[in-house]
Amino acid sequence: MNFFHILSEIEKTDPEVFERFDSRRQVFKHLTGFGKKMTAATLPLALTAIFNKAYAQTTSAPSVTDVLRFALKLEYLEAYFYNLALQGDGTIVVGSGTGNTAITPTQTTFRALFSATNLSSLTKIRTDENNHVNFLRTALASNVIPAPAVSDFDYTGGKGSGTGPFTGVFTNPAIFLAVAQSLEDTGVRAYKGGAPYLASNKDVLTAALNIHSVEARHAARLRTMRRAGAANNAASGVAANATNTSASPKSWISGQDGGGASPAQTAPIYAAGSLPAGTPAGITFPAEDNVVQGPNGTQPGVNLQTALASLNFPAAAFSEAFDEPLDVPTVSAIANTFVRNGATIF
Amino acid sequence: MRRRSFFRVAGATVAASTLVLAGCGDDPKIEPTDTGTVISIGDGENGLLNYVYLLEQLEATFYQKIVDAKPAFLSAAELTAITDLRDHEVIHREFFKQLLGGNAIGTFEFNFSTLTLTTRTGVLEAARLLEDLGVAAYNGAAKLITTKNTLVLLGKIASVEARHAAFIHDLLGIDPFADVVAATGADAGLGPALTPAQVITAAAPFFLPYTIDVSGLPLA
Repeated sequence: MNFFHILSEIEKTDPEVFERFDSRRQVFKHLTGFGKKMTAATLPLALTAIFNKAYAQTTSAPSVTDVLRFALKLEYLEAYFYNLALQGDGTIVVGSGTGNTAITPTQTTFRALFSATNLSSLTKIRTDENNHVNFLRTALASNVIPAPAVSDFDYTGGKGSGTGPFTGVFTNPAIFLAVAQSLEDTGVRAYKGGAPYLASNKDVLTAALNIHSVEARHAARLRTMRRAGAANNAASGVAANATNTSASPKSWISGQDGGGASPAQTAPIYAAGSLPAGTPAGITFPAEDNVVQGPNGTQPGVNLQTALASLNFPAAAFSEAFDEPLDVPTVSAIANTFVRNGATIF
Repeated sequence: MRRRSFFRVAGATVAASTLVLAGCGDDPKIEPTDTGTVISIGDGENGLLNYVYLLEQLEATFYQKIVDAKPAFLSAAELTAITDLRDHEVIHREFFKQLLGGNAIGTFEFNFSTLTLTTRTGVLEAARLLEDLGVAAYNGAAKLITTKNTLVLLGKIASVEARHAAFIHDLLGIDPFADVVAATGADAGLGPALTPAQVITAAAPFFLPYTIDVSGLPLA
């Protein structure tokens, strides 16, 4: 029996047979490996397994590669955002001294509207997001998604008009911080939602959850800035407005934060997700104000607000203590707020 | 006696050199013998959950101590925020206790004698140490978890700990990423991830006179 003959025969009726595997190169790598230790008797079984895997992918859970590709799209969205606001033409900064690093007069004016410590944090966030793009590009290797055109994104939320609800996003610090917090909070939920699909690759899982924690640090820092104002150099000392965390957020998500920084656009970032096909049993995507934790198999989970009522903690604490994951379709819809009409990214 | 107050465990088995903790309840305190100062965290998924339960106990106890003391060097806004942190950590602790049920280790008291809790900087530096350690612990523990539900569950808490860590850095006037997230190299854009053994070593002073044995936990 000849593997390659079989594959080429299949390719006559299904030209995409190779694409159904991770990549053409990996198929051959797998087959080479199999060939070494396979006997004629076990060979049909192995083939069955390979093809089941390949042809099941479209209807079941996303693969490791799918999740990383989706994460890369989100990182492009974030990195371009900080690049356009602070330095360069939006394109990814690769290595040192390459990419566009010039600061335009508009960016100079914008940067001056932030306090020194706030600007320092923002430039580090920008560096981190560019590094996340480069990290994922390296991890994906031949499966990488080419960098989208900068013009594919419209951070005013205008779908390409440049005059959407966040008009002034790169000239008005309050609007910029509102969008920044929204992007980072979305990223945290997206990575968390992707984690169970990465369990088969421990290195990738560890890296993704690591990036997830960095995004959470970003989100918290941006929330501190929003609470006290872009020009406040001692923002952390300012208390949140517990009854209006939409405008004056805590550094963590409280309830659904009144729909977030700009509720008409950002409410879905804190709301419940959908439950797409292929979601592992028991995993759900509740809203950020969820207080029921730990459902497992037949166990329904615990309503912590009820179970721990004797602590006499504020109701909000029980949702604040846990962030919630979000599914790919819901994250895509949120991200598309910032993609121009006609561009297919998410 | 620190030793007596450090460690209250119900239903624990005291061996010559190792305490294997199991069960909980209102049984009498156990006072370990001189040779019984090594406490095993257990093995498998329950061992991992007990490991993070121990860390949540540590954080909750720390913040409770600060909230109880209401030190004058913390502003009203700062104390309000730190009370939020206390609430979150106590909720994490109680959640893991419920999740583990009969498999939960006992309730610990901790040795904070290495910390300076009489100054604003001392308190916030201690909080920073604990929060950064917590984030690194969750980042390192994820790959050891075999149940997808549990993996997501730890992720839900990990990002809240990261938010805490950033906020504590804010209070200190230290950038929350500069000293944590690598700017260059192969891990650029990533923060630290520590193995259970590394975390327990870093937190060792808080357990004295006991040592925590995590050798039963999965390594990869």
